[in-house]
Amino acid sequence: MKKDPKIIVFCCNWCSYAGADNAGVAKVQIKPHFRIIRTMCSSRIDPELIIEAFKKGAWGVLVLGCHPGDCHYKNGNYKTLRKVKLLKRMLAQFGIEDDRLRLDWVSSNEGEKFGKVVNKMIDDIEKLGPLDLSYAETEVE
Amino acid sequence: MRIGVYVCHCGGNISEVVDINKVVEAAKLEGDVVLVKDNSHLCSNDGQTLMLNDIKEYKLDKVVVSACSPQFQGLTFMRVMETAGLNPYVLEMANIREQCSWAHYNFPKEATDKAIDLTKIAISKVRLDTPLDSKKMPIGKRVLVVGAGIAGIQASLDLGDAGFKVYLVEKEPSIGGHMAQLSKTFPTEDCSACILSPKMSDVPANKNIELMTYSQVESITGYLGNYEVTVNKRPTYVDPVKCTACGDCVPVCPIDVPDEYNEGLSLRKAIYITSDIAVPHSYVLDTDHCLGLFPLACSKCRDACEADAINYDLYPEKVKFTVDTIIIATGFDIFDAKKKPMFGFGKFENVYNALEMERIIGCEAEGKKLAEVGKKIALIQCVGSRDEQINREYCSRVCCMYATKLAQLMKRSDPKKDISIFYTDMRTYGKGFEEYYKRAQKSGVKYIRGRVAEIEENPDTKKLKLKVEDTLSRSFIESEFDTVVLSVGLEPNKGTETIRDILRISKSSDGFLQEAHPKFRPVDTLIEGVFLAGTVQGPKDIPDAVAQASAAAARAIRLMNQGEYEAEPITAWVDEDICAGCGICVGICPYDAITSEEQSDGTRLAVVNEILCKGCGSCSGACPTGASQQKWFDITQLRAMLEAAL
Repeated sequence: MKKDPKIIVFCCNWCSYAGADNAGVAKVQIKPHFRIIRTMCSSRIDPELIIEAFKKGAWGVLVLGCHPGDCHYKNGNYKTLRKVKLLKRMLAQFGIEDDRLRLDWVSSNEGEKFGKVVNKMIDDIEKLGPLDLSYAETEVE
Repeated sequence: MRIGVYVCHCGGNISEVVDINKVVEAAKLEGDVVLVKDNSHLCSNDGQTLMLNDIKEYKLDKVVVSACSPQFQGLTFMRVMETAGLNPYVLEMANIREQCSWAHYNFPKEATDKAIDLTKIAISKVRLDTPLDSKKMPIGKRVLVVGAGIAGIQASLDLGDAGFKVYLVEKEPSIGGHMAQLSKTFPTEDCSACILSPKMSDVPANKNIELMTYSQVESITGYLGNYEVTVNKRPTYVDPVKCTACGDCVPVCPIDVPDEYNEGLSLRKAIYITSDIAVPHSYVLDTDHCLGLFPLACSKCRDACEADAINYDLYPEKVKFTVDTIIIATGFDIFDAKKKPMFGFGKFENVYNALEMERIIGCEAEGKKLAEVGKKIALIQCVGSRDEQINREYCSRVCCMYATKLAQLMKRSDPKKDISIFYTDMRTYGKGFEEYYKRAQKSGVKYIRGRVAEIEENPDTKKLKLKVEDTLSRSFIESEFDTVVLSVGLEPNKGTETIRDILRISKSSDGFLQEAHPKFRPVDTLIEGVFLAGTVQGPKDIPDAVAQASAAAARAIRLMNQGEYEAEPITAWVDEDICAGCGICVGICPYDAITSEEQSDGTRLAVVNEILCKGCGSCSGACPTGASQQKWFDITQLRAMLEAAL
């Protein structure tokens, strides 16, 4: 049986979570294979949490914050940008494809954009298939 | 632990897509869950009573509500918790409406699976929720109002009359904004200056309002109840107390500058008063154009001033004060018609924008006379509105009616004037608008449905040839006019960007500032204690701007009147046993809420100031040891949510 992709979307409370709500209000149709975890600011996302999501079976992780200059907490999104860029370099060394971790900006009125970004992520991740980390487990053992 | 789970149908909004029974059954299988119920409208009085009774009867100590977005009804359910004697922070909401049934109505099976997962995620978080106590913060009765157009004036007067201290900051030398420039208002045709000027003079007369004109907000720091404001006050070089507004300084000034108040249709001097109704009613020396503020350069005005009101030895002043709430009323700019080159604005002599026409009709004494604009006049609608080519999709809402008003006023000045309005759609949504439009049609104003493609100027006669397709009769029109008036749209004021940058208020896609909720919080912003009034939020006419200003004042009073408010307790805290004292969080905190303090044993420890902490959690996201944690968004909670989601 073909498996459905599992994608974790981290949303900040003020822009992207509200943007996801806005998508719903506008009845933008999005593929349902993602689960949103809300934090107040995207900068709350510890890189460890993203790694953990992959470890627990996420096919992809999408981090969404406010547009540059629009952060409710002044500059949290820039901190997120730095962290995600560094983490991407590290994930590459583990053989985790670049496309599996994505960062984008969605404002509270961009329901349309939220739908587009998530649908694109799901489409791309579906092509990649599930993340196989079995090699890492055997090495540790 | 005794968790109660409630699944809402939302009157079909959720239950028409999501199989509620399956969600209920799945929730029953979760550990610690002792009660699962569904209800058609949980937020209704019935639904709330059901929850209240259950919490008592089943001794629930934690609650999950699977319903709409927490940003929509979160506060409602938090209040239910409080009424039931439970802490509002041991409640979790699973968003199975906006982010499930609405976004996935084409996928009912997957939407049901997702609603189950979202409910499980909420249950896994609520298990680890602990009661949090809200901080009580003091709040005073001081307000900053930015912008003194009609919205800023109205908000300031309402607040001042209610006994609140208002700091009203305006960048121009006079208050009044665009309304002071208009000839008459639609649809009642009141003289704009006549109805505005009494309100303008009420401002300095109000003992609670401190007016700062020729001033701009430079910085704002702090938070609700304690916003520290710095205003940069430009000197006018004329003492408003001594100045008798006699005008003797004007004729001696050698400099001529286009008069902004008259949209450049007439000239003013470097020393000038904005208009007859200017408040404060005092002259201003414009140093951008003055020859120089020393006797060798000119000093003619100072010599001419009998009252000795002119003083060149003045410098910009920084004024600092503290306020509790802020109202932004920075208004709009008109669309620059030069961005639509096919209309020849600024190139052809007889093409005006609507604000220029307002001035031609409004100022009888100076500049171009209405009699000189010719007999055959065209008004072109939607210049800078409803135009995707120039990225302005929105309707500016006022142009249909102001064009109708201008046509009426021109027609009344000379019934022989032949006036045509080329429109996209006539939008007469307001009270008395349709009747006004009908009256204009009866008085002989021609309304032609069609967007003008191009204007050509006859180089000899300066007459203007319009090319347009009448989309009702499907005929092509080519006709010559003496004058063309462009009904320019409204766009966000350039000055708004500065204040937006300072306060981090979000914009909507049209560039105007974004309200917190389009239906229920239309004048709030997402920044606590910051409100919007007037066209800064979107194009609107005068009565709407005034209504919104009064609403913003009332919303600000609602916060300030209690003397204290409850701040969200979701601040950061530091586990002293793990903290290595590295100080990364100190540098990362955007509010300087964390300090690194030396302990008696010489080690360092991060200490959070809960009053300054706004609860973003960026310190927790950066802490290498996990010592820094955000309440309600603890790492164990986020992990549990991930576990449930995958």
